[in-house]
Amino acid sequence: MADGSTPPGGPKSGPLLSVRNIARYFDVSKPWLARVIEGQPRLLLKAVDGVSFDIPRGQTLSLVGESGCGKSTVARLVVGLYRPTRGQVEFEGVNVTALRRRSELAPIRRRFQMIFQDPYASLNPRWRVRDIIAEPIRAHGLMKDSGALNRRVDELLRLVRLAPADGEKYPHEFSGGQRQRISIARALSSNPEFLVCDEPTSALDVSVQAQILNLMKDLQRELGLTYLFISHNLAVVFHISDRVGVMYLGRIVELAESKALFAAPQHPYTRMLLDAIPDLEMSGRGRTPVAGEVPNPLNPPTGCAFHPRCPWANERCRREEPVAKPAPNGALAACHAVEERRIPEKTG
Amino acid sequence: MTSTRANRPLLEVRNLRVEFPTRRGTLVAVDDVSFHIDAGEVLGVVGESGAGKSLTGAAIIGLLEPPGRIAGGEVRLEDKRIDNLSAEHLRRIRGRQIGAVFQDPLTSLDPLFTVGQQLVETIMTHLDLSEAQARSRAIELLREVGIPGAERRIDHYPHQFSGGMRQRVVIALALCAQPRLIIADEPTTALDVSIQAQIITLLKRLCREHGAAVMLVTHDMGVIAETADRVAVMYAGRIAEIGPVGEVIRKPRHPYTIGLMGSIPKLDRAVARLVQIEGAMPRLTAIPTGCAFNPRCPKVFERCRHERPDLMPVETNHAACWLHAPTLAEATRG
Repeated sequence: MADGSTPPGGPKSGPLLSVRNIARYFDVSKPWLARVIEGQPRLLLKAVDGVSFDIPRGQTLSLVGESGCGKSTVARLVVGLYRPTRGQVEFEGVNVTALRRRSELAPIRRRFQMIFQDPYASLNPRWRVRDIIAEPIRAHGLMKDSGALNRRVDELLRLVRLAPADGEKYPHEFSGGQRQRISIARALSSNPEFLVCDEPTSALDVSVQAQILNLMKDLQRELGLTYLFISHNLAVVFHISDRVGVMYLGRIVELAESKALFAAPQHPYTRMLLDAIPDLEMSGRGRTPVAGEVPNPLNPPTGCAFHPRCPWANERCRREEPVAKPAPNGALAACHAVEERRIPEKTG
Repeated sequence: MTSTRANRPLLEVRNLRVEFPTRRGTLVAVDDVSFHIDAGEVLGVVGESGAGKSLTGAAIIGLLEPPGRIAGGEVRLEDKRIDNLSAEHLRRIRGRQIGAVFQDPLTSLDPLFTVGQQLVETIMTHLDLSEAQARSRAIELLREVGIPGAERRIDHYPHQFSGGMRQRVVIALALCAQPRLIIADEPTTALDVSIQAQIITLLKRLCREHGAAVMLVTHDMGVIAETADRVAVMYAGRIAEIGPVGEVIRKPRHPYTIGLMGSIPKLDRAVARLVQIEGAMPRLTAIPTGCAFNPRCPKVFERCRHERPDLMPVETNHAACWLHAPTLAEATRG
């Protein structure tokens, strides 16, 4: 409560992170002259178009969807790697998007960090692991004493189940899974409360993925971390999340408690995604063949963006864009068919 | 050798060994691998990066990148050895009798030619058809792999197709000459789940309809469960376990397979922690003596550290693990 920007109700009662109607458009038009000569209009790619969610402290919210749905763009908007076209990101009630000065941003930036997908590209190959992990501490000027800094790096290495001696090595001496542990140690070095994890296990083998997912869960419990987890893998998302948002063409089509979402998916797209997962148990569950592909985001369909692939689409879906409304399983679903109860309940 | 010609497997791989000579000694990437695939059967080959699954596929179709070479064993296609053929002879077999589908559809297609030109060229190389006949056969193939508007799409370039559609074109290309064997190396890995399902269904249907044998190489157990009849689990260049897909998934016998199955997050069961196999797959330069899995194995005992296990029958499966060695008593009784 030291700062004066405490929102009503105090910082502890509200969600740690709150994203309000955020959007990010990319201008993908041809250069000005070419556009004028060919008489073409500006071309906007609406990568994220009005996404809202809250993440309570100590919980994990996952965003899941196919390539091009905008989930990674949301991750980058949240950590400030992109500026939003509209909307805002609030961290403990403070509107981070409105902050411009480094002196205001730095203390908040320190409190959230990001883990990237590719552990081969996100670690500087010329730096020793010790320096890679210490970088955020140095950048934020958190520790001046080099002895204390070294002790802190040792502690971080142990925290991610590596040995302090590993700090003297270079990234190429490690396997993919160990590199991802180094990325996690680096992300944790500035004592953040909030981690944005963009497909942290997608580049890893399943047995290594299990090691990293277990580590992330352990760290969450030990350090009280809050995660925004981005993934295309529904089984991973089910394992790690408290709540899940399903994205399609730049919007969240369904947002629900993880258990509810997987037990009783509401939105036709969520149902389709769940049906598309290969069945490991081979219970003979009929797999519904999925029709069509994600449409071109430069030219999204009218009304509900999912209507060309949706078995329950009608005239209203083609015309009117659905907004998120409460659905039977306690979820928020942006779907006319769910709202009008047009979809038959699943049997069995 | 009493079996008759008719029930010979379509593909037979015996004691295959692939080596990479390097300055610091010879690396053995595939070590004593044997299996067979029958006509109309899908064999899944699963394993983590570096297990040797893709190299096994590459060795069978003679596409090993030098300095990699087949150092031992034999590969028989319809009872004819193909591992010792000349490059030119093998090239003809590759197009005619073996079709290949790789992970990235863009590497299998030439960006400078329309998909029609590529299909027609391949068809005319292998089948005795006129250009017009080849073209109508190409359209038929595109339709068969589920490309809408095939008559129009045949004149498009690869970049005009989406990822899923491109992979369908590659499958059409692999099917052109009605091959007896299809080797599909991670055919769905670059695709989104919803497209993955379509491609798997397609591969399976085509295999059944054409009576072709399919070797499906992937790291994704889900894909294997959906598609394969039998599955071979590879670890450090060797087959750790092989058996009917349902048995391997539900009742794995090798400790590595057990760990691998447990480490996969599942949708129907919430668990607090996933089963974790400690450590990582050994590098080829440092494969442990005895069983390659022994330093990571929760059930390791003395014999595992010194003696390398071969595949041993365990009910319906075969597992390369000393836990399943017939005891002396059983051996004398049998």
